[in-house]
Amino acid sequence: MLSSVQTPRLLRFPNFQSLSLKCLHTSQSQLTTPLPTSTTPPPPPSQILTIRKSLLSREITAVDLATTFLQRLRHTEPQLKSFLYVSDVVLKEAEEIDRKIANNEELGPLAGVLVGVKDNICTADMPSTAGSKILENYKPPFDATAVGKMKKCGAIVFGKTNMDEFGMGSTTEGSAYQVTANPWDLSRVPGGSSGGSAAAVSARQCMVSLGSDTGGSVRQPASFCGVVGLKPTYGRVSRYGLVAYASSLDVIGCFGSSVADAGILLHAISGHDKFDATSSKREVPDFASQFIARDHLDSKPLKGLRVGLIRETIEDGVDPEVITSIRGAASHLEELGCTVTEVSLPSFSLGLPAYYILASSESSSNLSRYDGIRYGKQVVADELNSLYGESRAGGFGSEVKMRILMGTYALSAGYYDAYYKRAQQVRTLVRENFRAALEENDILISPAAPSAAYRIGEKKNDPLSMYAGDIMTVNVNLAGLPALVLPCGFVDSSSAALPVGVQMIGAAFEEEKLLKVGHIFEQTLQGCSFIPPIVADELAC
Amino acid sequence: MALTFLRGIQLNPSMLYPSSYFARKHGVLFCCMRSAQTQTATQEKEQPKLKISTQNQSKTVDKILKDYEAVIGIETHVQLSTLTKAFCSCPYNYGSPPNTSVCPVCMGLPGALPVLNSKVIECAVRVGLALNCKLSLSSKFDRKQYFYPDLPKGYQISQFDIPIASGGYLDVDLPVEFGGGHRKFGVTRVHMEEDAGKLLHTDGGSYSQVDLNRAGVPLLEIVSEPDMRTGIEAAEYAAELQRLVRYLGVSNGNMQEGSLRCDVNISVRPIGQLEFGTKVEIKNLNSFSSVSRAIDYEISRQVLLHSQGQVDQIVQETRLWEEGAQKTVTMRKKEGLADYRYFPEPDLPGVTLTEEYVDNIRKSLPEVPEAKRRRYENMGLSMQDVLFLANDMNIAEFFDATIAAGADVKLAANWIMGDIAAYMKNEKVTINEIKLTPQELGELIASIKDGTISGKIGKEILFEVMAKGGTVKGLIKEKDLVQIVDTAEIEKLVDKVIADNPMQLEQYRGGKTKLQGFFAGQVMKESKGKANPKLLNKILLEKLNATS
Repeated sequence: MLSSVQTPRLLRFPNFQSLSLKCLHTSQSQLTTPLPTSTTPPPPPSQILTIRKSLLSREITAVDLATTFLQRLRHTEPQLKSFLYVSDVVLKEAEEIDRKIANNEELGPLAGVLVGVKDNICTADMPSTAGSKILENYKPPFDATAVGKMKKCGAIVFGKTNMDEFGMGSTTEGSAYQVTANPWDLSRVPGGSSGGSAAAVSARQCMVSLGSDTGGSVRQPASFCGVVGLKPTYGRVSRYGLVAYASSLDVIGCFGSSVADAGILLHAISGHDKFDATSSKREVPDFASQFIARDHLDSKPLKGLRVGLIRETIEDGVDPEVITSIRGAASHLEELGCTVTEVSLPSFSLGLPAYYILASSESSSNLSRYDGIRYGKQVVADELNSLYGESRAGGFGSEVKMRILMGTYALSAGYYDAYYKRAQQVRTLVRENFRAALEENDILISPAAPSAAYRIGEKKNDPLSMYAGDIMTVNVNLAGLPALVLPCGFVDSSSAALPVGVQMIGAAFEEEKLLKVGHIFEQTLQGCSFIPPIVADELAC
Repeated sequence: MALTFLRGIQLNPSMLYPSSYFARKHGVLFCCMRSAQTQTATQEKEQPKLKISTQNQSKTVDKILKDYEAVIGIETHVQLSTLTKAFCSCPYNYGSPPNTSVCPVCMGLPGALPVLNSKVIECAVRVGLALNCKLSLSSKFDRKQYFYPDLPKGYQISQFDIPIASGGYLDVDLPVEFGGGHRKFGVTRVHMEEDAGKLLHTDGGSYSQVDLNRAGVPLLEIVSEPDMRTGIEAAEYAAELQRLVRYLGVSNGNMQEGSLRCDVNISVRPIGQLEFGTKVEIKNLNSFSSVSRAIDYEISRQVLLHSQGQVDQIVQETRLWEEGAQKTVTMRKKEGLADYRYFPEPDLPGVTLTEEYVDNIRKSLPEVPEAKRRRYENMGLSMQDVLFLANDMNIAEFFDATIAAGADVKLAANWIMGDIAAYMKNEKVTINEIKLTPQELGELIASIKDGTISGKIGKEILFEVMAKGGTVKGLIKEKDLVQIVDTAEIEKLVDKVIADNPMQLEQYRGGKTKLQGFFAGQVMKESKGKANPKLLNKILLEKLNATS
């Protein structure tokens, strides 16, 4: 039923051949003139594997590494503001790793890895505010399962990253505390809601980070910040300890500066959890073990892989430069041996309104617990309704209030069928459409966002336009599928080049396939370096 | 952490009743009552003078009552006695110090998730089957949303449109002293949900505190059809439910501890009218007798309003039973239906039952009280006996074991309902606490039946075994209590007594035959109670009447 005919548009694209296996830079000037650096930058290495090697060979100590990152944080954080809290025990924990190395004790796969953790993921003894005033100074008594697993692997929680309040937003401007800047252009947003986690990895303030993705909150900021963002299948990672926004859509995801890092981090946090009834009992494959080094790749390493380019994501309303980048990525995949065809997801445009109804409905319920009674902000009041009203009025930001109101409305008697129930039907349809498309194709690709990073303030007073920016990602959450976003090119803005990410969507629990394709894509994409200017000089030397 | 959940709510306890606010026409809150008592007084003032003084008006009320019919339905909450709560691993023990049995899940901390205790499903299926319900092989949990300080998440995990069991019934045998009779009351639905915490109000009333020990404890909500017509029927329905959950081992059914809570819905209509009257809900019913009395009070109240042409004064509301005053008072008036904004609980997967699972539970079900009563009835016991024996699971077990030990049914029933029950009542012990075993009772009955001991001696032995333990055989032997059935020996005793009482003998022979009892008593005394009474009387008569 789906068209598997290659569209002429793709074939007629100018410079198509010249783009292959090169940086998919779309600016005309960039295409005709050589890249600023005369030497071709190497593909991104896995920071996790590199530091592991260095630690084991005693070239460097964990304390040295931590000191370097803390120093970089000191330089960059005043401009970026990606962290809400920085752990005061980073060096102490690094010392512990060094002690283990000195004693030849066994090291976990993430030993010494500095991880930024989105502030809606609970960390014992560290504030976990979900970017909200209503949880100001709230310190949970337990670690989220994902955090606990990571720590068991030797990871060091570097700090808590900024986010839109409760994950509701696409710019991180919705944080009750601070606005995070995009490391590529400080006048722009890092995307959201996991903007802090994306910016921190992009600016190499930490090595990898955890985010959460309810409607694209890992993938869109990954695209805006030029890093790898991985949204796992719903149920792959335990949600225990993730402050709920929309329970049926929320997943914890990973950011890395390379596909390998995102895969290694995912492996560490995945698996069934008896504390999350929706977590899957499926076996977790070792995602990183299948990675092939660039030098050992065949000329057509992805021969036979069927790739579907989602037609609805490269139509009107999407930045032409973004479309160019994605078509470039598609042709890069073809160069690698894939068969790329356009596929249509007829329900695609329905996903956005359905998402906003479902997510708001669930959030209106999930956020009821912030009532000022047991924890968080409590207003002194002499009667119960004022206690509730004033605690919540003062604790929640305007976007959160709007979504609570929308969700309450959608679930109200008399409206339930028209909104919530209808949205659930759309969700079934979306799932069905994806299932059909993924029967015909191994993976689907699309942009991760219809544009590159917005300017700070650009969408602030235009929530509908901000919501529309989620069109590329929300359908994947409705279907519960895994998706990988990795940088594939740039668009030019007036002030700076801004990264663009391609989204690869797989069938449920096929992260392994996505990571394999993503890794080969990344290793063979030449001429691009996704290190932002703010730290480029430091990292070059 | 302890500090976070012991925070007081800075408010007046009366504010905790949403009912304390009375909205005027323009929605302006104008009145906050100081306490439930004052509120009551005000409510009563607002209403037309209505006094149901049972002394003065009982006759007229009784007369009017005949023209009306009450329609009663009961919503019962049964607390399941699972080892841990419904969605976390906290234990629950009634009466633990506040907030000592809590965790992130039942406190509703950010990021905590519920995971269903599978025992809850097992209990629900047991109760559903025992109530003759149709089970939903595929059901789910939903969120019922409302704000209250004892509800940590701001929603209760419950079941809405697909309850785990529905469309059943409960058989009840009404007590003989209330006229007896068998009733079949419909059960609309049985669903699983979690309990809320408790609010502790200070005496001074300046603040309240929240105890979350009970939050997340599993409950079954059992909703009856509006099939009951009197307070007794309703109370007996509730009592039968209590028996059932105890028989099934799913709950201790203790009303005082709140393990079994009944909310009653009641309306009244003139006999012959098809549509229901306006229904009123009654809460705070802590015993079966309060269920019965509250309903009878409420029927009288409503019927009186009907008969006085003040039907419009019966409004949809929740009323509180006041045990002290023996009346119901307004707790809160419902302004339209509450909107709980139910939607499917996304944190929990659907509940799927396999036929095999259900069959296994069906096979493991014990004999339910109704089946037991029918069985006892078929044994030839009277309904009075049947109800006494079957109503208490432990007594029924004791009785069944006694029968199994070979005892005569009627004799076993008599012993249990007579001397054993009296002993238990006097000593304030349960049948499990007395030292007599069913086997020994069987032995005792057999020993009397075969003439080894007399009934009188049997009684003595019974009390001794109940208090101190030991075996019937052992005691008979130890105390040399074997009945004297030897004719020669009894004759000897009779001769002695006659010889010792010549005056009485003369009187007897002179026509005062009543003295036979005196002689019998003396002989029995002489035999230390061991003489076989039948034999004794036979020989005594022969000797007394012998013409010398």
